[in-house]
Amino acid sequence: MRTPKAKPRLAVWKFASCDGCQLSLLDCEPQLLTLGEALELAYFPEAATAPMRGHYDLSLVEGSISTPRDAERIVAIRRRSTRLVTIGACATAGGIQALRNFADIREFTAAVYAHPAYIRTLATSTAIAEHVPVDFELRGCPVNKRQLLEVISAFLAARRPAVPTHSVCIDCKSLGRACVLVAHGTACLGPVTQAGCGAICPAFQRGCYGCYGPQESPNTLALGRALATLGLDRAHLLRLYRSFNANAEAFRTESERHAQ
Amino acid sequence: MPNRTIRVEQLTRVEGEGGVRLLVRDGRIERAELRIFEPPRLFEALLRGRELTEAPDITARICGICPVAYQMSAVHAVESALGIEVSGPVRALRRLLYCGEWIESHALHITLLHAPDFLGYASGIDMAREHPDAVRRGLALKQAGNDILALLGGREIHPVSVRVGGFYRVPRKRDLAPLAERLKWAREAALETVRWTSGFEFPACDRDYTFVALRHPAEYPFNEGRIASNQGLDIAPGEFEAHIDETQVRRSTALHAQLRAGGAYLTGPLARYSLNFERLSPIAQEAARAAGLTARCTNPFRSIVVRAVEVLYACDEALRIIAEYEEPEAPACEFEPRSGMGIAATEAPRGLLYHRYRIGADGTISEARIVPPTAQNQAAIEEDLRRFGTQFLRLPQEQLRQRCEQLVRNHDPCISCATHFLQLEVLER
Repeated sequence: MRTPKAKPRLAVWKFASCDGCQLSLLDCEPQLLTLGEALELAYFPEAATAPMRGHYDLSLVEGSISTPRDAERIVAIRRRSTRLVTIGACATAGGIQALRNFADIREFTAAVYAHPAYIRTLATSTAIAEHVPVDFELRGCPVNKRQLLEVISAFLAARRPAVPTHSVCIDCKSLGRACVLVAHGTACLGPVTQAGCGAICPAFQRGCYGCYGPQESPNTLALGRALATLGLDRAHLLRLYRSFNANAEAFRTESERHAQ
Repeated sequence: MPNRTIRVEQLTRVEGEGGVRLLVRDGRIERAELRIFEPPRLFEALLRGRELTEAPDITARICGICPVAYQMSAVHAVESALGIEVSGPVRALRRLLYCGEWIESHALHITLLHAPDFLGYASGIDMAREHPDAVRRGLALKQAGNDILALLGGREIHPVSVRVGGFYRVPRKRDLAPLAERLKWAREAALETVRWTSGFEFPACDRDYTFVALRHPAEYPFNEGRIASNQGLDIAPGEFEAHIDETQVRRSTALHAQLRAGGAYLTGPLARYSLNFERLSPIAQEAARAAGLTARCTNPFRSIVVRAVEVLYACDEALRIIAEYEEPEAPACEFEPRSGMGIAATEAPRGLLYHRYRIGADGTISEARIVPPTAQNQAAIEEDLRRFGTQFLRLPQEQLRQRCEQLVRNHDPCISCATHFLQLEVLER
C-alpha cells in the first residue's frame, strides 16, 4: 500500500471568479471520495483547512488576474507547481470581468464604489497564461466536471488530456438536434464556440452564448454574414461576442469589427 | 499591556477570499473586522449597456454556488419593469429550480464545510474516513439538488433555461417522474441529516438578532413576499433602498449594509426560519421540533440544524410541485421592451438577494444595483465575533483561530458574491 506521502499533491487556487469551476470538483459527488484517495488534497481552501506548504504536483487555477497582488501571487504559485492547469473562462480568457478591458477602469470602479481610491485593481482582467506558463487550459463557464476529471486523470497518468477542440455545432449535429439558427432563426454562437457543454443551449431551444470560448478555427466572418441575415445589428453582434470569453483572441477581434 | 491583535490569515471552507482581525483590550474584544479582499469584478458597471434579456445569465456568474438565486432576482426584477407576472406551472417551476439550489448549496455547507467544525476535522473528505455514511449521505443529497438543476436547467452550475417571461424550455411531466423517486430518498436523507446535526455540541451563544427575510402570506419564501423583520419592518422590495444603507469601508471590497432604523441585521436561514416557521410544511416543522428547535433560532452554531430543516422542506416542496405539475401551454410569455425601473428580492440560500435595474426604451440596462446576502450579513458577523469571541480568547491559538473561523462559517458567507480564506488577526494592545 502507498503511504499518504506518496500521493500526488493537488492544490486549487482562486483568483477573480465565481467559484463555480472549483465547485465542479465538489460536484463530482460519487468520485470525490475516490479522488481524495488517489490524491492528497494538499491545498483547497474552499473545502479544507490546511496551510500553504511545500511543492504541489498539480495546481488547478480558477479565476483571472485583475489586481496587482494577484499578478504577484500567480508567479509564486507557478514556482510551487510542477504542473499548472487553468480551469474555466476566467482563468483561460479573463472572464466576464474582462469587459473592463474595453472600458475606462476608473469610471467602472466609480460606478460601483463610493470611494474608488480604496480599491486596488488593474485596468484589465487577463488570463493566467498571459502571466505565467500554463500546462493545459480547460475551457468553460463553468467547466464540464467530466472534462475536469479527465484532465486530473490525465495528469495522474502523465498523458495529454483528451478534450475535444471542435465546435458546439459538431456536437449538435452528432446528437441529431435541429439547428436553432437555420430552423428557428435564433442567433447562435455554436459554429464558432468550442464544444464541452454537451450543446445544452440548442437543446433548450436557445442559441449558444459562447461559454467555452472560440473553437480551434472559428469562421466568425461566415457566421457574421449568417447572423446579419437574421437582422442582428452591430450592437447585438458586439454583445454576442463580448460576454464570458470577451478577451479570448478570436472573439475579441471579431467584436472589435462591430465596435465602431 | 494585555492587548493583542488576533489574525485569521485565511478563512477556509468558505466561498471567497477573506480574513478576520480582532482587536483585544484587557481581555475583551474591542473591535472585530471581517476583511474581504476578493478582487472586485464590477458587475454593476459591466451590466450597463447590456440587453435586459442578458441579466439572468450575466449575474449568475457572480456566484457559482448560488447562480439560480442571481437568475431569480434578476429575472423577477426585469419582469417587474416590464409588467410581467409569471403564474401557474412556470411560477411553480421557478420554485422547483430554487429548491434544487437550496438542497445543493445547503448540503454542501452542512456536509463539507460546517460539520467538520463540530466533529473536529480539517475537511469533509478527512471526515469521511471515520464518518463515511454521513458524508456519503450528504454528497448524495447534494447530488439530488443538482439533479433538479440539471433537469430543469441543463447543468448544475449556471443553468441555461431561465428566460425573461418564463423558461426557454420546460420539462415534460414524464421527465419529472424519475426525479420524484430520487427526491423521496432525499427527503428521508434530509430527515436523517436533521437528526444527525441536532446531536452535535453547540456552545451557548444566543443573541437578540434583528432578522430580515421575505414573508409571503402562504408560502415559505423563495421568489416573492414582503421584506420583514422581527423588529417591525414590513416593506415591499421596492422600498428596500429607502430603509437600508450600503456603505464602503476600507477593509473590504464588499459594501456593508445597515438598517437605517437600527443598524446590523441578519438574513439567511436563521432569519428565514424564525420569521416563517409556521409556513414550513408539517414534516419540516415536526423534524425541527424533534431536533430541539423552537419556532425561533438565535444560536448561530445551530444554523447547521436549520439548514438541514430547510433541505428537508425543499425536498418536500419539490415533491409537492412535481406531483401537482401540469405542462404549461407555453414555456414563456412574449413581451415588448419598455423603459422603466425593475426591482426584486428573492431568498438565496444565504439570505436576501436584492436586484434593481433601470431599463431604457431600447431594452438595455442603464443602471444596476445588486445587494448580496453576505454584504448584508457582514456587520452581524462582526457582531458575532465581538460578542462570542471573548469566551474563546483563552483557548490556544489554533483552537481560537478555529472558533473564529466557525463564527464566520456559521453564516455560510459567500465572499465571491459579496465582492476565500479568512485571515485571523488578533491585535492586543
